Amino acid sequence: MSVLVFAEQSEGKFKKTALEVVSFGKELASQKGTELVVLTINAEDVSALSNYGADKVLKVKDPRLDTFSAKAFADCVSQAAIKSDADVVVVDSSSDALYLAPLLAIKLKAGFAANVMAQPESLEPFIIKRKAFSSKGFNFSEISTPVKLIGLSKNSFGLKENPSSPVEEDFQPDLKEEDFAVKATSTDKSTGTVTIADADIVVSGGRGLKGPENWGMVEELADILGAATACSKPVSDLGWRPHSEHVGQTGKPVASNLYIAIGISGAIQHLAGVNSSKVKVVINTDPEAPFFKAADYGIVGDAFEVVPQLIEKVKEFKATA
Amino acid sequence: MKILVCISHVPDTTSKINFTENDTKFDTNGVQFVINPLDEFSLTRAMWFKEKQGASVTVVTVGNIAVEPTLRKALAIGADDAIRVDTEATDGFFVAKQLAGVIDNGGYDLVLAGKESIDYNGGMVPGMVSELCGFNFVNACIGLEVNANEFVAQREIDGGKETLEGHLPAVIAGQKGIVEEKDLRIPNMRGIMMARKKPLQVLAPIEVSASTRTEKFEKPAAKGECKMVDAGDLDQLIDLLHNEAKVL
Repeated sequence: MSVLVFAEQSEGKFKKTALEVVSFGKELASQKGTELVVLTINAEDVSALSNYGADKVLKVKDPRLDTFSAKAFADCVSQAAIKSDADVVVVDSSSDALYLAPLLAIKLKAGFAANVMAQPESLEPFIIKRKAFSSKGFNFSEISTPVKLIGLSKNSFGLKENPSSPVEEDFQPDLKEEDFAVKATSTDKSTGTVTIADADIVVSGGRGLKGPENWGMVEELADILGAATACSKPVSDLGWRPHSEHVGQTGKPVASNLYIAIGISGAIQHLAGVNSSKVKVVINTDPEAPFFKAADYGIVGDAFEVVPQLIEKVKEFKATA
Repeated sequence: MKILVCISHVPDTTSKINFTENDTKFDTNGVQFVINPLDEFSLTRAMWFKEKQGASVTVVTVGNIAVEPTLRKALAIGADDAIRVDTEATDGFFVAKQLAGVIDNGGYDLVLAGKESIDYNGGMVPGMVSELCGFNFVNACIGLEVNANEFVAQREIDGGKETLEGHLPAVIAGQKGIVEEKDLRIPNMRGIMMARKKPLQVLAPIEVSASTRTEKFEKPAAKGECKMVDAGDLDQLIDLLHNEAKVL
């Protein structure tokens, strides 16, 4: 038996969420008294995995996998799980992982729990806590199949260093032509900007900012904080900002360490989307804005006065830190 | 083109979430149920295919009689007919198996759904259905065109979007972007009247066991007091974020 983790990489490096699933997998494997096997696909340098407790690294090298294909990747993970006799498989919650996981669940006949928050409550029966109702609730889900598939929610477990000396092994899964039936023909990815999915800090603006022309200060604050920018639903519906920035129940969930909401009143659907952020700062002119009830720190004030000052203060802080 | 749109019957986004029977059941008391918003984006795209490309649109859901008003609403929006698999939806795998059963006998070219339901947020049913039926699959779809037997789709990726091509039959899991918010339709009186007469077929479920089970629910811990900082004293905010919250 083993625990298998798929560690995704992006542009030659393991993402933080990949190292998080490795950390999670290690703790689970220790609890179960089994080894942690980490699957990598076309990764050049796997040394980072030894900082987080990998016992064995399976390395798939195949130029056809340079472009993500959900079916082919699911086949790789599934065959690696069978080869490693894994009874628990863990993936992260990146857009690619969310795409491949349901396919993998069927291939492995595995019960699947997505949005998992923490280590299992118990191993026999296997019960694990996950987010549901767009983070307005949690459910403790019992997975009853012999193989269990877990989708770990971002930033829920964190990184835990655990030095190891993993055995590295090349692994060639058997891929079929039909695995590549859906072809990616082009990618349009902003480079150099922090995405909401990866960001430790998110700066978000709402209708209180009055118009798209006023987003300069939001972007500047995000820039100096190394943060991603986001927005409320009305702002994306009005076309002030792209849909990809819409945070909330029908948009993206945010699980950052710090979420700064500027001019967002805090509708229940928005709060659902940001519940998983650890610390929330709210800047709003209306002291009655419902967001203050869900926030850790609040400032009642006009964003057009507060934000430029905050930018200066953060600059000062960064200069001395 | 024969389209099947999978609909989930979920609490309205404004619902307060409570649990009952010792936190083992979702409390439906006072909760308004709606078409899952992500499914509604996909349903609206299906209506476009119906009007522009002559597609037929069937909607399907898995649930007991209580979900029928949600199916009728989909019919009022413009779907041609509806199917209800008469059983309680116990988990994602169970629902996927029921839908795969409907699809296997239905001759559908395109199966549309939302990328997840806003209640259980499993995000697994569309992908599972595609794998069970041997259909192509696109997740988190934000743009879809179909020409003859081929589709071109955009999906959202972390930090951007990707364009994908493939052939039908396919399962496409949509979200906002497959149509815009402003394209969503509110059923008019004529639609509502017609929906009453449209065929709604009730099918017996397939026998299959769920692979997961909810043992209990829990509500998030109550939030502590929000610390208010004076707008003129932002040094204090920086100090709190750095020394107390340790996020700067």
